Amino acid sequence: MAWVKNRVLLVLVGAGAAAAAGLPFLTHAPNRLVLGTGISLAATIASSAEAARAWALATIAAPALLLAASVFVRPGRAAHLGVIVCATVLLTGFVSLAGIHAAQLASIANELAPGANPDIARTSFGGSFWIVAVLSWLTASDAIARLGLKPVSRLLATAAVVAPVLICLAAGWLDQLSLLKEYAHRADAFSTALRQHAEIVVASVVPSLVIGVPLGIASTRDSRWMNAMRTPLFAGLNVVQTIPSIALFALLLAPLALLAARVPMLGRLGIKGVGLAPAVIALTLYALLPIVRSTAAGIRQVPRPVVDAATGMGMSPRQVFWKVEAPLAFPVFAAGLRVATVQTIGMAVVAALIGAGGLGAIVFQGLLGGALDLVLLGVLPVVAMALVVDAVLATLASSIGVR
Amino acid sequence: MIALTLRKSMRAVEQDRLLWAVLALFLLLVFGAGWLKPLFASLFPQLQRPLYDHDSFASLVLAHLQIVVLSSIAATVVGVSAGVFATRAAGREFRPLIETLVSAGQTFPPVAVLAVAIPLIGFGVAPALIALALYGVLPILQATLAGVESVPAPALEAAEGLGLNRWQRLFGVELALAAPVILAGVRTSVIINIGTAAIASTVGVKTLGLPIIVGLSGFNTAYVIQGAVLVGLLAVAVDLAFETLQRRLVRWQSTR
Repeated sequence: MAWVKNRVLLVLVGAGAAAAAGLPFLTHAPNRLVLGTGISLAATIASSAEAARAWALATIAAPALLLAASVFVRPGRAAHLGVIVCATVLLTGFVSLAGIHAAQLASIANELAPGANPDIARTSFGGSFWIVAVLSWLTASDAIARLGLKPVSRLLATAAVVAPVLICLAAGWLDQLSLLKEYAHRADAFSTALRQHAEIVVASVVPSLVIGVPLGIASTRDSRWMNAMRTPLFAGLNVVQTIPSIALFALLLAPLALLAARVPMLGRLGIKGVGLAPAVIALTLYALLPIVRSTAAGIRQVPRPVVDAATGMGMSPRQVFWKVEAPLAFPVFAAGLRVATVQTIGMAVVAALIGAGGLGAIVFQGLLGGALDLVLLGVLPVVAMALVVDAVLATLASSIGVR
Repeated sequence: MIALTLRKSMRAVEQDRLLWAVLALFLLLVFGAGWLKPLFASLFPQLQRPLYDHDSFASLVLAHLQIVVLSSIAATVVGVSAGVFATRAAGREFRPLIETLVSAGQTFPPVAVLAVAIPLIGFGVAPALIALALYGVLPILQATLAGVESVPAPALEAAEGLGLNRWQRLFGVELALAAPVILAGVRTSVIINIGTAAIASTVGVKTLGLPIIVGLSGFNTAYVIQGAVLVGLLAVAVDLAFETLQRRLVRWQSTR
């Protein structure tokens, strides 16, 4: 198989083709209660209107064939760029075709029964949609990684891959998909949940920074008190990290409820057993370990001779810290902050169980109702938030700090 | 030097003792929950049923462990094999892709995987098992890559010089030397799975999370505490057990 030049791409294209052939592209149900029937990609394209079919051929068939052809091209800069463009077009094609076809199905249903409420029909993404979407994204990010770009350009390239999908979303092409219908039904609740989620994350990560960074710095300093405290400090934070989030939230519930009952003042400030307070306290505790550990590790990996040289040049301890230790420690610290933030975004979902609100409330509402679209409406923004924060902090970490 | 070794072994003994203490407390609470009924009754006088008794705690622990053990075994088999594949000559090309997948996958909250799996696969234990196994692969795969990578080249050359074949080198040298790092990955994976399995109780899967969920929806704080304490202790006990195992493994490696 010497003529196959890119085996990774071969596997990705093969898996995508198999998924597109074997799994439904969309599932359609006349209403929410009936189980949907699958519509394959071929059937979707065949039953599309003239213009939509041309669009599908241009944005799905063409890039898919080009990707299959690139398997036989020796990888190089031009080939990688080509793969990125093809994968981006393919992703856009898949998303937009799903939206266009959902709109077509909705208008057909409307013609058949003009009086019926068109809102009750449900068209959702099928298995092959998800698999091909993830594979296109992986193909694009694999090619971006192989290009060896600088951190900021890499971030921009990744953003460019996702941008067309966001444009389809903003243009309203996807409005007839049931995911977007669920959104339209509760647009207000959704934006409240999104804001609450972001608030919970900020309200947990900021205090853990305020406590964790000084604690991490102190743990690297030699003093009798610190030498005695270091082991118990890290052991304690480790134990907190081990306790499952649902258990820690629940354990904080009872004491806070008791406290609020005893001290009515606190209750009026919003500190009660159920709600935001136990969630934010628990998430702050969880975020402490990665932040303290990465701060300490960052400072400890600064080479001793560098610190000695700075001291020898006549820098005061304060100057040594700000001019030498802090910049050299920053990348390691930023990696810890990244772990802490991404972890908090995910754990905040669970906080909905104790009434803290946020996107988790939508997720659990969907879970209890067995409504996948509702679950996705809660999960997708959480994942998007985590991926964006992760990418931005990773870029920050590699572009600030050591030069 | 002797003092240092002595202190190290004393700490090891201390940690072993901690493990036994946590384990004993956990078992005592699981099997002796009945004796605590008066305590919960006096703490929560307004509750008619201060002790969770829909299922025995022992059966909840067994059900919880069953899900975690099965999914973790599957995750370990898949994760280690994928990691080994990506470090062979034939799979090296796939390594960047696998690394992208692992790091992007880990930004997914484990709850999200569970939440999507349940409506897709249906209610019951199966979606929880699949979701836990899928998510659990990521830390193990990452650890296998790191562990096999960290095997010093001279060790491999020596093994080759000794005439060991590919499989002997893989199992006798590479995986044997990478074992502590891989075990750390398995530990991370298992601890995450213990927590995620508890959340599966929101859709009625029988785990230690059930008293928490039932208590939260029925305003029974006593149930919530009982479930939370047991889940927490289980996670801490398993974590300590892994720590002991890791220490034994390193000691066994150094005496070989």
